[in-house]
Amino acid sequence: MSRLELLTVEGLRIDGRRPNELRKITAKTSVLAQADGSAYIEQGNTKCLAAVYGPQEVRHRMQILHDRAIINVEFNVAPFSTSERKKRSKNDKRSLEIASAIKQTFEPVVQTSQFPRSQIDIYLQVLQHDGGTLQACINAATMALIDAGIPMIDYVCASTAGCIEKQPVLDLNYLEESSDSPELTVAILPRTGKVNLMSMESRLHVDMLESVAALATQGCEQIHTILDSVVRQNTQLLKDSMLQ
Amino acid sequence: MVREAEPSLNEKQFVLRALKDGLRTDGRRPYDFRSIQISFLSEYGHVQIQLGRTRVTRVSAKVTAEVVRPRPDKPTEGLLLFNTEISPMASPAFEIGRPSEEEVLISRTIEKALRRSRAVDTEGLCIVAGEKVWSIRVDLHFFDHEGNLVDCASIAAITALLHFRRPDVTVIGEEVTIHPMDQRNPVPLSVHHIPICVSFSFFADGELLVVDPSIIEEQIREGDMTIAMNIHKEICALSKAGGIPLEMDQIIRCSKIATTKTAEITELIQKALADDKAQRQSK
Repeated sequence: MSRLELLTVEGLRIDGRRPNELRKITAKTSVLAQADGSAYIEQGNTKCLAAVYGPQEVRHRMQILHDRAIINVEFNVAPFSTSERKKRSKNDKRSLEIASAIKQTFEPVVQTSQFPRSQIDIYLQVLQHDGGTLQACINAATMALIDAGIPMIDYVCASTAGCIEKQPVLDLNYLEESSDSPELTVAILPRTGKVNLMSMESRLHVDMLESVAALATQGCEQIHTILDSVVRQNTQLLKDSMLQ
Repeated sequence: MVREAEPSLNEKQFVLRALKDGLRTDGRRPYDFRSIQISFLSEYGHVQIQLGRTRVTRVSAKVTAEVVRPRPDKPTEGLLLFNTEISPMASPAFEIGRPSEEEVLISRTIEKALRRSRAVDTEGLCIVAGEKVWSIRVDLHFFDHEGNLVDCASIAAITALLHFRRPDVTVIGEEVTIHPMDQRNPVPLSVHHIPICVSFSFFADGELLVVDPSIIEEQIREGDMTIAMNIHKEICALSKAGGIPLEMDQIIRCSKIATTKTAEITELIQKALADDKAQRQSK
């Protein structure tokens, strides 16, 4: 197998981006008819779909909380999402871990105390996997929750960053992820800049952590601008059609 | 499924007030780890770790090796498997058969810290490429849950892997001979680095933090984070899955605390292994 050069001498990555460039993002809301809120996000070649149902009656009476709503997350990766078809089991530990991480990420952000004794369901489906599925899903879930009209204290914007040959790079794709380079996923609340979720898998020297995390935070802020503009645009369209 | 009894409001207030004054209910200071006791059992690779003295979190790890066919997409690499099943012996909140959320998280953290970071050299486990490789299986048993199962489990797993000796193998052409343990000295595994997990819990909107939470601190915490680091100051895994949002410099500070703790614990493990080796040789 030929050694892929992930970062050329001139500072270009394998897809022609500079180290601090995000991939092209497109986001659409209200893509599903039945869901209370839905969103579809494309980040480069990673495509992710999110559907939100809620607040609704709790399915399992045992889980009812008297003072707030429970959030239920289901994360699914389609078998056709990677270049080789791979059927994943529903109770795959990796999917359960990601679902649990997303649930805990949104719990302090969604104003659950406004809906006691109810349930908010977030279903995430990865349609195409080209790196950064966790971050794409978090962004899609944020958009879907906004589309469903569920009150939140802030957006949750996520981005990945890594380190290739001591150079921090933003938004890793699948090839960069599968090489042994470290990958850090960060989700922040843009208004305060506080970190909600942080997850890293491969080895990274502790001195590089600060610069890689700072780059990821910058990426999150750029994503926030894009998502915010989509939400405002959609609301404007809605307002115009209502006033006609 | 039995739901764990939540701590009472009085207990919560007491713990939080004490933390604001920099004290913890078991007498530790916020950045102190409980005392770690490492005991080796008679077989190689069987280790029991205890965190604490009277109220202990106890985890035992056993490593076994087996010769199997390698994975088709990785013919020259051996297999490293982790099995974590928390029984109700540890705490009534756990159930056999149904992995609870906490169990999945512990299992994934150990896998990320030990397998994904390539702590064990899997290429060295290959006997005949494409046909026979060693499959190393680490079974983690949780006996007592007094908080911080992850750290205890990670120390147990890596100590067991360092302690384990696999049978020696000779390959002559096509013939593979696996020498039994009493004929030839068994061979240790090639471990590149020693990742140790350090867990933090956050209270009071992220202002107060403790290292190595006890069970009551775990029940009332607002957020948590686990950093797996080795003695070379490399972060092998970092996991802050939701919970209370924190400032970035708090996280950086935690990574610095983790650096010191990792160095202390690694030294402890090395000393315990050296003591055990001396003891076995003198027998």
